[in-house]
Amino acid sequence: MNTALSWIKAYVPDLDCTDQEYCDAMTLSGTKVEGYERLDKNLEKIVVGQVLSIDKHPDADKLIVCQVDIGGETIQIVTGAPNVMLGNKVPVVLDGGKVAGGHDGGPLPENGIRIKAGKLRGVASNGMMCSIEELGSNRDMYPEAPEEGIYIFPDDTPVGADAVEILGLRDTVFEYEITSNRVDCYSVLGIAREAAATFRKPFCPPAEKVCGNEEDAHDYVQVEVRDTDLCTRYCARVVKNIRIAPSPEWMQRRLAASGIRPINNLVDITNYVMEEYGQPMHAYDLNTVAGRKIIVRRAKDGDVFQTLDGQVRKMDKDVLMICDAEKEIGIAGIMGGENSKITNDVHTVLFEAATFNGPNIRKSAKRLGLRTDASGIFEKGLDPANAEAAIHRACQLIEELGCGEVVGGMVDVKKPLKEPRRIPFDPVRINSLLGTDVDREEMLAIFRREDLVYDEASNEIIAPSFRQDLAGYADLAEEVARFHGYDKIPTTLPNGEATTGKLSYKLRIEQKARDIAEYCGFSQGMCYSFESPKVFDKLLLPKDDVLRRTVTISNPLGEDFSIMRTLPINGMLTSLATNYNRRNKNVKLYELGNIYLPKALPLTELPEERMQFTLGFYGEGDFFTLKGVAEEFFDSVGMRKRAVYDPNAGKPFLHPGRQALIRYENATVGYLGEVHPDVLDQYEIGTKAYVAVLDMPAIMPFTTFDRKYTGIVRFPAVSRDISMVVPKDILVGQIEKMIEQRGGKLLESYALFDIYEGSQIKPGYKSVAYSITFRAQDRTLEESDVSAAMKKILNGLQQMGIELRQ
Amino acid sequence: MKAKLDQIKERALQQIAGSDTTEKLNEIRVAILGKKGELTNVLKSMKEVPPEERPQVGQWVNETRQEIERVLEEARMKTERALRDARMKSEVIDVTLPAKKAEIGHRHPNTIALEEIERIFVGMGYEVVEGPDVETDYYNFEALNIPADHPAKDEQDTFYVTENILLRTQTSGTQVHEMEKGRLPIRMIAPGRVFRADEVDATHSPSFHQVEGLVIDKHITFADLKGTLAEFARELFGEETKVKFRPHHFPFTEPSAEMDVSCFKCGGKGCRFCKGSGWIEILGCGMVHPHVLEMSGIDPDAYTGFAFGVGLERIALLKYEIDDMRLLYENDIRFLKQF
Repeated sequence: MNTALSWIKAYVPDLDCTDQEYCDAMTLSGTKVEGYERLDKNLEKIVVGQVLSIDKHPDADKLIVCQVDIGGETIQIVTGAPNVMLGNKVPVVLDGGKVAGGHDGGPLPENGIRIKAGKLRGVASNGMMCSIEELGSNRDMYPEAPEEGIYIFPDDTPVGADAVEILGLRDTVFEYEITSNRVDCYSVLGIAREAAATFRKPFCPPAEKVCGNEEDAHDYVQVEVRDTDLCTRYCARVVKNIRIAPSPEWMQRRLAASGIRPINNLVDITNYVMEEYGQPMHAYDLNTVAGRKIIVRRAKDGDVFQTLDGQVRKMDKDVLMICDAEKEIGIAGIMGGENSKITNDVHTVLFEAATFNGPNIRKSAKRLGLRTDASGIFEKGLDPANAEAAIHRACQLIEELGCGEVVGGMVDVKKPLKEPRRIPFDPVRINSLLGTDVDREEMLAIFRREDLVYDEASNEIIAPSFRQDLAGYADLAEEVARFHGYDKIPTTLPNGEATTGKLSYKLRIEQKARDIAEYCGFSQGMCYSFESPKVFDKLLLPKDDVLRRTVTISNPLGEDFSIMRTLPINGMLTSLATNYNRRNKNVKLYELGNIYLPKALPLTELPEERMQFTLGFYGEGDFFTLKGVAEEFFDSVGMRKRAVYDPNAGKPFLHPGRQALIRYENATVGYLGEVHPDVLDQYEIGTKAYVAVLDMPAIMPFTTFDRKYTGIVRFPAVSRDISMVVPKDILVGQIEKMIEQRGGKLLESYALFDIYEGSQIKPGYKSVAYSITFRAQDRTLEESDVSAAMKKILNGLQQMGIELRQ
Repeated sequence: MKAKLDQIKERALQQIAGSDTTEKLNEIRVAILGKKGELTNVLKSMKEVPPEERPQVGQWVNETRQEIERVLEEARMKTERALRDARMKSEVIDVTLPAKKAEIGHRHPNTIALEEIERIFVGMGYEVVEGPDVETDYYNFEALNIPADHPAKDEQDTFYVTENILLRTQTSGTQVHEMEKGRLPIRMIAPGRVFRADEVDATHSPSFHQVEGLVIDKHITFADLKGTLAEFARELFGEETKVKFRPHHFPFTEPSAEMDVSCFKCGGKGCRFCKGSGWIEILGCGMVHPHVLEMSGIDPDAYTGFAFGVGLERIALLKYEIDDMRLLYENDIRFLKQF
């Protein structure tokens, strides 16, 4: 909402502060100022001048030389403006002064344009006559300004006067951000009331007068509200003998500063009242209202209606319409109809000031794709009491401006108005909520300044109808706080029972995951939770894969953001692809993020959210790099047993021969592998890439931060190296499992130290070498101990079809 | 005999003096003291010495041997020292050559900011908890005093899954989950992902993070809210940071406020960073609305509390001077490596 400070001051006449003081104080009392702009910015040394003579320029056909009286002094000005006539009074910027912009009306330069005396084609020019554009405004705001050329003042304008002042530009326009609970502040009066309370100055709203002739509006029009759930009040008044003319300058200026283009007195009055009271009004040509009857009712599904912007729109049964005896003439609260549009020939006008069901207006406007200034206000839910005040104010202005003859009486159809809310006044409780010690009398003074009424008998605060936001003691506490000053409330720390600060166990494990990933060289990425359903095809998931069952957003930003991800691979590959495309080398990323698995479709309960620890990289490293990170992580969260890797992982997006499920104590806790070359192609990654996904909920039960010292054995270890020729299809994991099973109590560790396939080994076999270490806790091992253990292992090898290499 | 021994000694000392390598010294040792060395030979010829002279000769031999050994050892140490010095001289490195780093990965700026925030509040006795990303209408709106048809529901441009299930637009729902547990007092923060239907640009993202805070206890006041958040701001942005509370409106708090901090770039004088105002808006907060307490089963006559919500990305962008929000979700390693 934009409003000129001069308009606010009209209702708070004692307001005396700088723009910045006003901005700060209003913001601190809750009417946030988003910004402000002085209308006379960069306008310096500009006075009203009168053209005394006009001569041709000796050397230029398109220039004229004028002698201009600037009040007790005459200066010579050369101009090329086509519209200057002898005796015209014009804005003149003097030598050394400034204007806001160029005459073409283009964007205004930050520091304006400095005007200096000089010569134009050899003739001295000591100033410049200004167009409205040069003064930083435009013809929308000053419709009387000529289309091209110098602005001309009325003949009675005093020569030598401050031209900026006369144009009403000695003013500042403030832009406010009004919170949704303060409907009343979407109006000049509402803001003025806040300003008065903030600065502790009297609030002087316009003197309202209900005017009208001896006639009765009821004789002109009938109103019937059929859908009272959607229309809480409908006020109608009639004005006849309309005389369309421009509205007075003061009204035009105020509207212009608010960003509303002045049009004519009738339109301007409705706009003016909308700004002033926050009540949108509508004017109908009564002669176009069939049967002189207004019916407020819902539209029917499939009705079509032409709004006054010329568009034909399709209605439905939840759109509220304003109709006459025969047809629809407007969409309630949103836009009038083409068929009842006011023309300059209008003779009798029907004014409507109504209040509608806010949510209904909001939804209708949304469905129709027609959000108007009016709907934007109606949707907040307006005060029915204000509608009456506003329509009387409009009629008062009609009369004052000589715009027509106001017919007496008002047709008023309404639901019974709500009883004003009464809130018990409990200063002790207010202070104890705020942590303050504000005096009871100060509180009452604050309420009084806001037009809240104190009922001494019942010790209650009565909220006026325009303060629909006040309901309980906490609301009163806020009123006290903001006018007492948030800055005056002390700062303390809560006391009371001590609590333990801590991270949840889940978050601690995740923190460990981040640490390990980073120690291993992986950097943390973040991906969106939603993605495109097309990713399943990119990842080669079969059509019936369970991961294609997704939580689907019904109103997504687009297909690309329409489903909640069921696996984290696409995010990781997309990130790797971005890096690859930008030629970044050796990129290692990890992510900790949820996947979303529906329990049933359509969704009847919340989906399962599973935290996934995803690692991915390209560049230096291979499958076993990732395996190493996974095992470092397991180790760091107390998973000291051996993870088992099952090559039959069945992940279609991974290389069929280079993938594994990670199993820990018979639970699947994740998978890893090299990305399938076809998938790499899909993501345009031109090099091998690897991913690992650790399913945190599956891992959690095995984790612990407990550690127990088991001692360092003092007795020496004995190692035996064995070199084997192994059929290719036997995995070293199988050999290791056998070693573990057969190694017995003495087995301490084993380590693969060589694996080789090639010319020295017979086809179908590979050479594998292990170093196996034995140790006893309580004695030095005898040769016979080691031989016995080794024998069991060698027997095991033999059973697996493995030969020892000689 | 004595003369012979002296001769051996003299010659040995001369040879030692003339040797500059351990190899030569070893040769000398072998030649004189070795199994077939000169001095050993003298010992071997002891049987030719008359028995009464043997002790005397034995002593001479030993003395000679000890002397030669001492000088040999001295010479060896000197030579080794010289060798080591020479080696070290040849081993001089260019210490300005590049470091060999174990390439450690980098945390996401969001996480760095979050861990900062967590550290501050955990230190003040807050528990860090979480709530679901996909939420019911009740927890995201209704229980927060935003009933059906409330304009705030539209303002937040919610992504819906079904009529009743949505992607949470704020972490405030975790307040309700926490209050419903019925364990009082509460001091918690809840970080999490939230979603709003905003198109992606430099300052908007349809998915971002908030950190919710909630304190419920007896006698919690607005002054406590101010004190706590002022402390938070000083910890996060520096000891000199000033805070300003402006009235605002949130349906689930009353009174409500927005908190600004003095611009940590210019110290409040006004700069491009704070758009000349000297202040930067950081978070929304307020006293928990009595109706919200009541809906969650907490007696508003016995308990009060405050709540706040911080935009994590906002903090990260401000603190690390990141000028485009999209960078946070692109995962370009050149970006991540700067944190």
